[in-house]
Amino acid sequence: MGKAEEAKKLGLTDEEYNLIVQTLGREPNDVELGMYSVMWSEHCSYKNSKPLLKRFPTIAPHVLQGPGENAGIVDIGDNLAVVLKIESHNHPSAVEPYQGAATGVGGIIRDIFAMGARPIALLDSLRFGELDDPRVKYLLSGVVSGIADYGNCMGIPTVGGETYFNDAYKDNPLVNAMCVGIIRHDDIIKGKAQGVGNSVMLVGAATGRDGIHGASFASEELSEESESKRPSVQVGDPFMEKLLLEACLELLKEKWVVGIQDLGAAGLTSACSETAARAGTGIELDVALVPRREKGMTPYEVMLSESQERMLIIVEKGHEEDVKRIFEKWDLYAVKIGEVTGDGMLRVLENGKIVAEVPAKSLAEGAPVIKREGKRPVYMDVQDLDYSKIEIPENLSEVLLRLLASPNIASKAWVYQQYDHTVRTDTVVPPGSDAAVLRIKGTKKGIALTTDCNGLYCYLDPYEGGKQAVAEAARNLVVTGAKPLAITDCLNFGSPENPEVYYQFEKCIDGISEAAKALEIPVVSGNVSFYNESSSRVIFPTPVIGMVGLLEDVKKRCTMAFKNPGDIVVLLGENSDEMGASEYLRVIFGIQGGKPPRVDLEREKRLHLCCLKAIKKGILSSAHDVSEGGLAVAIAESCITGNLGFEGEITSDIRADALLFGEGQSRIVVSLKEENLPALIELADETGVKAMVLGRVVPEYFRINVKDSKGGFKKIELSVEEMADIWSKSLERKVEE
Amino acid sequence: MRCAVIVFPGSNCDVDCFHVWKDVLGQPTEYVFHKERFSAEDFDLIILPGGFSYGDYLRAGAIARFSPAMDSVYKAAEKGKLILGICNGFQILLEAGLLPGAMMKNRDLKFHCHDVYLKVGTADSPFTNMYLPGEVVKMPIAHGEGNYYADADTIERLKREDRIVFYYSDEKGNITDEANPNGSAENIAGILNEERNVLGMMPHPERCAEEILGNTDGKRLFMSILEYLEGRVKIGKSRRS
Repeated sequence: MGKAEEAKKLGLTDEEYNLIVQTLGREPNDVELGMYSVMWSEHCSYKNSKPLLKRFPTIAPHVLQGPGENAGIVDIGDNLAVVLKIESHNHPSAVEPYQGAATGVGGIIRDIFAMGARPIALLDSLRFGELDDPRVKYLLSGVVSGIADYGNCMGIPTVGGETYFNDAYKDNPLVNAMCVGIIRHDDIIKGKAQGVGNSVMLVGAATGRDGIHGASFASEELSEESESKRPSVQVGDPFMEKLLLEACLELLKEKWVVGIQDLGAAGLTSACSETAARAGTGIELDVALVPRREKGMTPYEVMLSESQERMLIIVEKGHEEDVKRIFEKWDLYAVKIGEVTGDGMLRVLENGKIVAEVPAKSLAEGAPVIKREGKRPVYMDVQDLDYSKIEIPENLSEVLLRLLASPNIASKAWVYQQYDHTVRTDTVVPPGSDAAVLRIKGTKKGIALTTDCNGLYCYLDPYEGGKQAVAEAARNLVVTGAKPLAITDCLNFGSPENPEVYYQFEKCIDGISEAAKALEIPVVSGNVSFYNESSSRVIFPTPVIGMVGLLEDVKKRCTMAFKNPGDIVVLLGENSDEMGASEYLRVIFGIQGGKPPRVDLEREKRLHLCCLKAIKKGILSSAHDVSEGGLAVAIAESCITGNLGFEGEITSDIRADALLFGEGQSRIVVSLKEENLPALIELADETGVKAMVLGRVVPEYFRINVKDSKGGFKKIELSVEEMADIWSKSLERKVEE
Repeated sequence: MRCAVIVFPGSNCDVDCFHVWKDVLGQPTEYVFHKERFSAEDFDLIILPGGFSYGDYLRAGAIARFSPAMDSVYKAAEKGKLILGICNGFQILLEAGLLPGAMMKNRDLKFHCHDVYLKVGTADSPFTNMYLPGEVVKMPIAHGEGNYYADADTIERLKREDRIVFYYSDEKGNITDEANPNGSAENIAGILNEERNVLGMMPHPERCAEEILGNTDGKRLFMSILEYLEGRVKIGKSRRS
């Protein structure tokens, strides 16, 4: 087989191959071709997404590190900073859910401590098909135990995330893992191979044949053959990673450490070329020096192995023994495999003989950008739903119970109780609320964390869906009392080669950018995952937004649970006549359609200001964002989690089901002592937010009356005990039935 | 009162235990690395923290018991020093033979992280003298292998000698199968050795020892230890053997 043909087989286009030949001034050898094929895969090169990602706002005074490094960093004062990053592990999880998810967690943790930070929290954003499919149950159980076994062993609490079920994800589940770390400003370290003559060392686990071409596997659609790619999935060892974490953090206190980089996708090839490219240097290494766990590995295999739990460390010449001493304490090896050079080349030797020699910058950053044109999908032109044809159900109490039973709305305790979420004793608002809150020991501060995205919204209107994901994530932080600080995004899409998918991608990015600009929340890190499709379906566009917020005084944090009988319940924001894309239409009528709810970003911003001020003043007993399932579900959740009831009456000319179950945006349900009501009304006036009294917190029943001006009347009447049983146990029942 | 927190490779509640004894109770606290030996005279309390020592490969706690630091733990236990093993620490104490019985995987084979109610089995110990016997307290658990097993004779003896410190119970103190999160024999959540100076327990008192965490039921365990070490309480009244 000719080289050009082989290149094609490895996923390189003719144009890319020609560029490689031109760059090298000769044909690449097998090792070089392998290295190019992984580094220029979509997964490593972002060649389809790069130009669009530039649209994100990434600069703000508190941003210490924006996109381009292992993770983003934002200042939180007190000489401290928060490090954050989210990443997908979708394809590996589709063929080997346990290891796929576990190594996803392992990889994202390494990204955080590669910046010198102590990882303090994990979140997981998951999407699966509907639970009536046995394979979906297998995937869900495998993914959850993979995340649990890895995160739990590491002693990093898994404090939040989301789990959604929709047939769109049946063949291609999404597993996005986010990690957050904390660091002192002066401890921040970069992934740069600086200083000619400095030593390049490999530490952690030995290198095996696992995960070879994992990055390429992640850059193609799932197919019948994907099962056979199981060997492309890496195998995780959380114990090894825990040792690696402690050893690296100990090492990074030393001033002679120049740079550090984790070995993830494309292994040594990527770690060496990226660190050298960032510093404008080169690296020369000898693969014979790399500790192996298998005999007879070729240079090709060593350079492309994605064996987990390894890091590349660049230290000042002469400190190699110091590195070894620290790693030996943790029973890990540290081996010098090469050194930094000044010629910009990544030169790979085997026992002193050159086996590959390519410009590091060309490998890491030289993949030709692919310019694509999007095409508006045909389905978007289909007329909006005619709601007059949808009759309002007689029994709205029954509707509410069915919504509370939907796995998309029901409690995710079955998932998060398998994760250790209390280790490190910082979790002051545990999973199950709008956002998790962690205290920062030694300060008065806290941080709030969330991930959000509604894939159906993004499918029906990618631009509005992108906007909504940001607004919703921010709102989830705001209701805890946290000011949103930064975004890390995980953009999950189908094949970018499909113009309709590319359109979705572009519009989602525009929506995210617009909302991020309006709400002044910079994007500091992220990840793109394309090719999430099978021969029969493409996933919903799912740009997951991970967000971190800051509470200046963690004691003032707020939660969604009602606290005191007699408290007044108030809606901040306005009800709207929007019903499209709702969980209500999906669960009750089997309709996934209509226009998703729109976010007015100005209004959203004012709402956040109002809620944050109210929490800061200490006048709220609870605050909860209105999202899937609408107003009725939001109030019900505040009841269930507070083990209290609600009684109220709403007069409105919006049709009753849209009012109760529509997912109109920019709304927060709060409760407060009656004596604080005037202060809240004043705050709402001042910030230009509508405030409407909905009713009162009562001991045990749940009753909402809805009236319109023409004398129409509807009601919901339920016992909180019944609602709680359904909401708390539905997911477990569906998984285990 | 001086406390040593043993750090095994894979310990991950070491920092939490350290934080409680040092910052919450304001007592001198040190980490002891598993490769080090120490003198029993240097410490009043030794904590074996939770985590996954040696990855819990083979069996939880099975490898940790061979570490050099454990040599010193055996000696300290013999000399009557207080040894507290929490979660993985409990598993290590069982493997080390400092406490009777064994630990199996949770009966539903899942990791469990949530609050449980515990009925205090005995307040007559250096660790629980600030609780009332029969009192119900709440603490978080976080484990995959907390299914305690011992043969009938052993359990009979534990009961006779008043060595069962905590039982998994419901909110009212009823010891029911429903309130048993992991399948432990007789709902046992923590036990003492014969001399009452070694306690192993699955729940995490260090995770509920501060107001800000919403629960301080665990703090009393550490305060009990301090009361005992400072000579304000005597124990052993109920020892009947």
